[in-house]
Amino acid sequence: MSHPPGTVNRVPNGEVLVRARGLTKRFEDFTAVDGIDFDLYRGEAFGFLGPNGAGKSSTMRMIGCVSPPTSGELSILGLDPVRDGSAIRARLGVVPQEDTLDVELTVVENLLVYGRYFGLPRKLIRERAAALLDFVQLADRAGDKVDPLSGGLKRRLTIARSLINEPEILILDEPTTGLDPQARHVVWDRLFRLKQRGVTLILTTHYMDEAEQLCDRLVVMDHGRFAAEGSPRDLIARYCSPEVLELRFDPEVHDQAGDKLKDFNAERVEVLADRILLYVTDGDAALAGVHEAGLEPLTSLVRRGTLEDVFLRLTGRRLED
Amino acid sequence: MAAVMAPPASWLSSSRPVRAFRCWLTVYRRIWRSSIWSSVFGPLFYLGALGFGLGSLVNRHGTASLGGVSYLAFVAPAILASSAMNSAMGEASYPVFGSVKWNKIYIAAQATPLRPGDIYRGHLMFMTMRIAMNTALVTVYMWAFGAARSAWTVLAWPAATLTGLAFAAPIAAWAVVVKTESTFAYLFRFVMMPLMLFSGTFFPVSQLPGWLRPVAYATPLWHGTDLCRMLSLGDVDLPRALIHVAYLAALSAVGIWAGARTYRRRLYV
Repeated sequence: MSHPPGTVNRVPNGEVLVRARGLTKRFEDFTAVDGIDFDLYRGEAFGFLGPNGAGKSSTMRMIGCVSPPTSGELSILGLDPVRDGSAIRARLGVVPQEDTLDVELTVVENLLVYGRYFGLPRKLIRERAAALLDFVQLADRAGDKVDPLSGGLKRRLTIARSLINEPEILILDEPTTGLDPQARHVVWDRLFRLKQRGVTLILTTHYMDEAEQLCDRLVVMDHGRFAAEGSPRDLIARYCSPEVLELRFDPEVHDQAGDKLKDFNAERVEVLADRILLYVTDGDAALAGVHEAGLEPLTSLVRRGTLEDVFLRLTGRRLED
Repeated sequence: MAAVMAPPASWLSSSRPVRAFRCWLTVYRRIWRSSIWSSVFGPLFYLGALGFGLGSLVNRHGTASLGGVSYLAFVAPAILASSAMNSAMGEASYPVFGSVKWNKIYIAAQATPLRPGDIYRGHLMFMTMRIAMNTALVTVYMWAFGAARSAWTVLAWPAATLTGLAFAAPIAAWAVVVKTESTFAYLFRFVMMPLMLFSGTFFPVSQLPGWLRPVAYATPLWHGTDLCRMLSLGDVDLPRALIHVAYLAALSAVGIWAGARTYRRRLYV
């Protein structure tokens, strides 16, 4: 990754925990990850963004040492994931995309069983389990069966479970997919606290607000490659405009207005099926310009450029799978 | 966060397959009730219906072809061996498949220091424990019903457990790569049923047509059945017994060798 360190909003402190060069994962005739390079530093929160099928989860599985790379270099904590997978995993925490909790067991039993996988002494596991249930605010549910818990509670339990070995790196694959807004905010809050404690976070998401909230640095993945990389702010500055003017016209005149606005003085104009987006520095001034040009939108909205705009620009608006 | 691992308490708790095994024990403590009825009453019904029900008919016509023992004494060790096979097939099929697809026990475990081979061996230990529990019960029944003709019957318990392991190890190795659960219907219909019928369980293999006998002698269940029967009747032919043990041990070893590979193939995609 030819990424000048000056462009990230938090300068990495130098210790590289994960290093990839030309990392590739192929499944028969499909290339999921196509020769990516990156360095992840201790203490940062690094996000992999991208549409479904972009190669995020495959990358996570390779970092999690459960999927051998097809080619390229990968080192995690200075070790080789194929040869030293077991030793690396002892120092990782994994929050998988789909819950893998044992629903026959109780909340606390899930932590006890998992802690045993790491060969931790029973007493230590009990202590940590109690502290972790406090941390994810599930202490009062310790003795409950897992099955009837809501999606948000299960996710928190999965996060607690992933921390039982006090991992140096926490890998989260779409940690809040399927959660309601309240539950998402609780998860974000907990993850932010972990980051404050110095845990390195690696996460995938297709929620832009999640990436903006949590990630120091991120890459946008598409077709197994990096379409862009940087801090959220960098990416917005580089691939979007400070403001976006969204216009909606009567369907009768929509196409006509689109033609007229194509040459409008904006960084970029995007004509969608239902709206026209003008990427500009000053949204209000642009709106005045639209009126001057004799166009009367039904509705107009001036908003800040967001990561979502970057994402859609880089990965397109096509629908995949 | 510090990654300092506490020193392991003992070799036993630090052995990775044992960690996986202990997880299964915890799960079993939750769900043992649901399997208790089939474990307790299944063999009881078989022994009762065959040993006493069918047995009373058979005994009336003479049991020379059975070696001159009562039908109960003849059939009980075979029921012991086949119940080992049945529990092996039960434990090594759906639970293995489900650990990938349903409750995802394997998927959770693979994110930890456990390697696919550890996950396999830990689960296999648990299966062997379950088989040993069931065969212990059947051995006790044999004594209670007077079907144990010799003190050697004590050894029929480990012999039956080994028979179960010889099924569980390869079946689990296969079950982990099975694509759909309906495949297991073939296992029960086309493997378990014929084996039970033609491995000298209900009648001696010598009663089979000549061309079918070598097939029966090749099946693992026949080796297990014959071994258990020699022991419970106290009529041990040592070389033959050793061949049986060697066969069953070899099959277990092949399964264990294959399991580490198939589990890796399935879990490390």
